[in-house]
Amino acid sequence: MNEPDTSTIDINGFPTRVWRKGSGPKIGFLAGYGGLPKWIPFLDRLAQTRSVIVPSLPGFPGGDRGHSVLDSHLDWLLAVRDLIDHADLGASDLIGSSVGGSFAAEVAAIWPDKVKRLALIAPFGLFDAREPAADPWAQKQDDIPALMTHTPETYRALKQMPSGANSIEWPIEQTRAAEAAARIFWPLGNTRLERRLPLIKAPTLILWGAEDRLLPPSYAGAMARAIGGHSETQLIVGAGHLAELDKPDEVAAAILRFMS
Amino acid sequence: MKFLWFHLMPYKELPEDFKEKHPSVWVDIHSSLFDPRRAHHMYNEFLDELEFAAACGFDAICCNEHHSNGYGLMPSPNLIASALARRTTNTAICVLGNSLALYNPPTRVAEEFAMIDCISGGRLIAGFPVGTPMDTTFAYGSNPSHLRERYYEAHDLVLRAWKEKETFAFNGRYNQQRYVNIWPRPLQQPHPPIWIPGAGSVETWRWAAEMDYVFCYLSYYGYKMAQNVMQGFWEEMAKLGKDRNPYRAGFAQVVGVAESRQQALDLYSGPAEYFYGRCLHVDPRFAAPPGYVTEATQRAGIESQVKMVAEGKGGTGPATNASSATKMQSLARDMQNIVANGYVIIGSPDEVAEQLNELATTLNVGQLMLLMQFGNLSSELTKYNTRLFAEKVMPRLKGLFSEWENRWWPRPMEPRQRAALPAFLPQAAAP
Repeated sequence: MNEPDTSTIDINGFPTRVWRKGSGPKIGFLAGYGGLPKWIPFLDRLAQTRSVIVPSLPGFPGGDRGHSVLDSHLDWLLAVRDLIDHADLGASDLIGSSVGGSFAAEVAAIWPDKVKRLALIAPFGLFDAREPAADPWAQKQDDIPALMTHTPETYRALKQMPSGANSIEWPIEQTRAAEAAARIFWPLGNTRLERRLPLIKAPTLILWGAEDRLLPPSYAGAMARAIGGHSETQLIVGAGHLAELDKPDEVAAAILRFMS
Repeated sequence: MKFLWFHLMPYKELPEDFKEKHPSVWVDIHSSLFDPRRAHHMYNEFLDELEFAAACGFDAICCNEHHSNGYGLMPSPNLIASALARRTTNTAICVLGNSLALYNPPTRVAEEFAMIDCISGGRLIAGFPVGTPMDTTFAYGSNPSHLRERYYEAHDLVLRAWKEKETFAFNGRYNQQRYVNIWPRPLQQPHPPIWIPGAGSVETWRWAAEMDYVFCYLSYYGYKMAQNVMQGFWEEMAKLGKDRNPYRAGFAQVVGVAESRQQALDLYSGPAEYFYGRCLHVDPRFAAPPGYVTEATQRAGIESQVKMVAEGKGGTGPATNASSATKMQSLARDMQNIVANGYVIIGSPDEVAEQLNELATTLNVGQLMLLMQFGNLSSELTKYNTRLFAEKVMPRLKGLFSEWENRWWPRPMEPRQRAALPAFLPQAAAP
């Protein structure tokens, strides 16, 4: 697994990391809860046949303190639209997972020209009181990996501080990612996304980890029913909330098949 | 030296196996544990105790704000303060305080504090805490990533509402009001003294110093554990060019006084163990909502941990920079260690006076808040503790820091100008 190319774009005055790897038709990825402090195997799998572009969300690892100036839902969506434009992702295929999945869905709904085909992995944005989502912000730190992934070692490995990293800034960056998600999704993860879903006309693949302990897999059905265009839904067995960490090959294969 | 009698108003009948059977005293404490008929008696006893402390000669009586909390039954301290304003005459009333970011609009705080100030004839001390994560982000659902900015903005709005003479529009990031014009207005001009309860955050110290407010360290762990925090506070004041006026700082201390140390142990061990064992049992998952602690404070905390490890210093007891719920997980819960660690000061009047003298001089604190009802301490013993303290301990310490001016104390109306005490004595009126 070799490293991607890294460049920096400016989002609201904050230097923001963009990763690129591979060649072929462009495909974008917006990361899930906790963000990407490291490149992951899932992206490598995509890069075998596609040009993968991964801009960091504001406040996520690589996104500096970009979240700190985003007060409203509209502020967030405009920042993500800038991200897509500045990373040269317009009119491309787009994948979003978890927190990033919610943004990918919003962009596809509100700016349909920016998204050719859409893949959503257990996106945030809905809440059903009959089957409430778990609270990711009221957890002991040790309990987070098992909430995010079916195989907690994968999340732990992603968040493990590499040798040579700044031992003070690394943990602060990981907390910042959780704060950035809280800033828009506190307290229930509910942004009434269902009101915008009918505007999505791009072909959409909905993927959900069958063992998702954070957002109930039943939310996939509600999402599929609300989306305006063609959609397909697939459960990923043996995967938790961040299915791309648990089952990188299967998730990548499903997306590439849908988007070929 | 000022003596402030502070009531937390704990629910006094949590079951003996509370810590084993229930995950948390706070946020999701079960409703079945609360009996409103028992709470009726508790509230009335608590109010009696506060009034009793005022009658005994304490300089102030204090209450504070908590939500969904089994050891703090005051979601609205202003209700308590207004009741106290009608039943006391010369004692300051310290509300410590209103968590500004939780009030919508925050001008509600400006109004209610102005009401209490008017009713009491200018005896209010206005406390502005950010509020704990349990109260603010979990019980009240306030967003931790916005909380501090909301707090500072609400503070600016309340202060302006108190000071400006004309109706004005407030165009804030979180609050927009076309017509800000509070009625009533505070009696103390330009506003009541402002005190900021907080923990060991450098940013809070700097802000309190810049605004010329009192900083109050409301620890439950006694003066020995507080040395680092208060040393940091005074070093920061020195850096900012502020004097060492001890009235810039407040500190809360649990105290149990009796005829002898042994008698104090006999009387207060049970209630102290109830407080530290049952009341301070908080689920650690509520300890650290992301964003509640600023990155500067996180950085300072990690740096000091790294330094302590490098110097080979093991932690004894809760780390000063740990979150409140994390501290609560690791504290001593048996009386021997509660006393050994200095959480509670107990003893004869001489012994208590000596320890409080050490507290005041080592921490350099002039506004001393005393928790003299704690845990399930009975009303009778609470009054005994309070009276003995007022008669035998207070006089020995009263003169401490007399060389300093307390610029942060209420300036009430002259007693002869004030309304007479209410003649509310229904039992006397009965046939």
